[in-house]
Amino acid sequence: MKTYGGKVLFLDRSDINTDEIIPAKYLTEISKEALKPHMLEDLKMQGFDPQSPIVREAKVVVTRANFGCGSSREHAPWVFEVNDINVVIASSFARIFRQNMFNCGMLAIELSEGVIEELFEHRAADASIAIDFEKDRLTITSAKGTKAFTYSIAEFDKALVKAGGWVEFADSKY
Amino acid sequence: MAMTLAEKVFRAHLREEPFPGTKVLNVDVVLCHEITTPVAINDLVARGKDRVFDPEKIKVVIDHVTPAKDTKTAVQGKILRDWARRHNIRDFFDIGRNGVCHAIFPEKGYIRPGYTVIMGDSHTCTHGAFGAFAAGVGTTDLEVGILKGVCSFRAPETIRVNINGNLPEGVYAKDVILKVIKTLTVKGATDCVIEFRGAVVDVMSMESRMTLCNMAIEAGGTSGICMPDEVTLEYLWPFISSDYKDKGAAIADFRKWWSDEGCRYSRVLDIDVSELAPQVTYGFKPDEVKDVTEMEGTPVDQVYIGSCTNGRIEDLRVAAAYLKGRQISPLVRGVVSPATPRIFRQADDEGIIGIFMDAGFCVTNPTCGACLGMSNGVLAPGEVCASTTNRNFSGRMGKGGTVHLLSPAVAAVTAIEGKIADPRKFKKETI
Ligand code: SF4
Repeated sequence: MKTYGGKVLFLDRSDINTDEIIPAKYLTEISKEALKPHMLEDLKMQGFDPQSPIVREAKVVVTRANFGCGSSREHAPWVFEVNDINVVIASSFARIFRQNMFNCGMLAIELSEGVIEELFEHRAADASIAIDFEKDRLTITSAKGTKAFTYSIAEFDKALVKAGGWVEFADSKY
Repeated sequence: MAMTLAEKVFRAHLREEPFPGTKVLNVDVVLCHEITTPVAINDLVARGKDRVFDPEKIKVVIDHVTPAKDTKTAVQGKILRDWARRHNIRDFFDIGRNGVCHAIFPEKGYIRPGYTVIMGDSHTCTHGAFGAFAAGVGTTDLEVGILKGVCSFRAPETIRVNINGNLPEGVYAKDVILKVIKTLTVKGATDCVIEFRGAVVDVMSMESRMTLCNMAIEAGGTSGICMPDEVTLEYLWPFISSDYKDKGAAIADFRKWWSDEGCRYSRVLDIDVSELAPQVTYGFKPDEVKDVTEMEGTPVDQVYIGSCTNGRIEDLRVAAAYLKGRQISPLVRGVVSPATPRIFRQADDEGIIGIFMDAGFCVTNPTCGACLGMSNGVLAPGEVCASTTNRNFSGRMGKGGTVHLLSPAVAAVTAIEGKIADPRKFKKETI
């Protein structure tokens, strides 16, 4: 299993699509590593700088609704993975992106809009999130304080994460 | 129990339910192209699992960047080509015979009612037009599909969209689906399939139904779906005639997939299109849609006609009917890409290619090209394109560029005017 948790990158927008996460022009790369410098390069969000230190240091993304919509490109989870971001927390995900995350052994955690709002309250204060995968629990810590939340992940998706992804799971089973 | 078409397809293909809510389905066709498949192939090789579950059920095309534009795209093509040869995958369409995946695979008769179809491409939902469950997946799902012929899904809910009334002159399937997306929003159909029903769909060609289903994903939908009927039958008959005693037997067989009377829909939407105006997107999301009258006069730098949404013969015919005998504005670059070689040939036979060329369009070979900003018409920063494609995301057709999604009719008259125009104000010629 991968390691989950760390500094948080807050992306305060809904409907962030996979073209914004990794533009199509990099889809000619056939190694994941080559994607690394281009994470969120085309994200359209006021004041966002893909080169800022927090983008490079983050281990967790917290965002709004319908994250990862658009193209099916698994390059979107991959560009997070090679930048050590193995967790995305949102109020909802596009189906293909969500499945791609779990298929790669990464976490796509869905929380209510209210809880997402609570997480966003820590935005200005150098927040980090710890994940307890076994207990389905996350804890946010910042200058504002510490608070824990529970979440739920489908049993199948949990099994994929434990098995190290869908290829190994399916090949041993079917 | 009354079931939807999607539920029937799930039942017929269920391999197992490893956990509550997760269905692992047997897949009838795995479609592949050169953007998402080479990474899957490399990963399978690296894992020591370079196998395919059934070479006859895997269909492959090079379509996104073809001919290759540089070394990287040439390598993607080569990985796919070598793999298809090594595994004896005979339905492989390389340069000269290749076209946009969601146009060429249906054209070859590979998609049938009741099928399960996956591809590492979000617009795989197009194929639901044949009464199939067709879903875009990521590279890992594609890998498992190639290796094992299975795919996992959550059982989808079905949203039924009834399209009623009569399509007015100058208004087409593209306008209908833009209107539907505007109504559902970009996430309104997440984890759902969208079933397109109603009098308007009943009389639509397969091409128009594919245009509808193609953009189901833009509302978050897993698959678009149409009921397989006489129109489906006529399209497929050359490929299935030996499987049935006669057409009546085929129709009866198709009929068993239809959603039952009294089945459960998560939502039913009624849209009357009799007063619908041509639709045009404005922002960077496909649900940001306005009537053409509100967008008229917006200057554009390029007009693109093509893609898996609107690059089929019917689309080219419509555009040509507006373009015949006219010239496009000198301020506009016109690019048209017939979606497959057969469509190209047919358009040529009907004089449509000549009409485009006389009007000042550049006619390219069948390819995705500009649709995803990889080749054949990438925009410069600040430029605007009126496009018959399906995504208006920021930077989609080139960093800093803007795309307005619209129908081939709006595209054609926009090219003439150099700014977004209303086809209802133009005369169509017979071609
Ligand atoms: S035409 Fe555009 S949307 Fe369709 S498959 Fe090609 S790149 Fe994707």
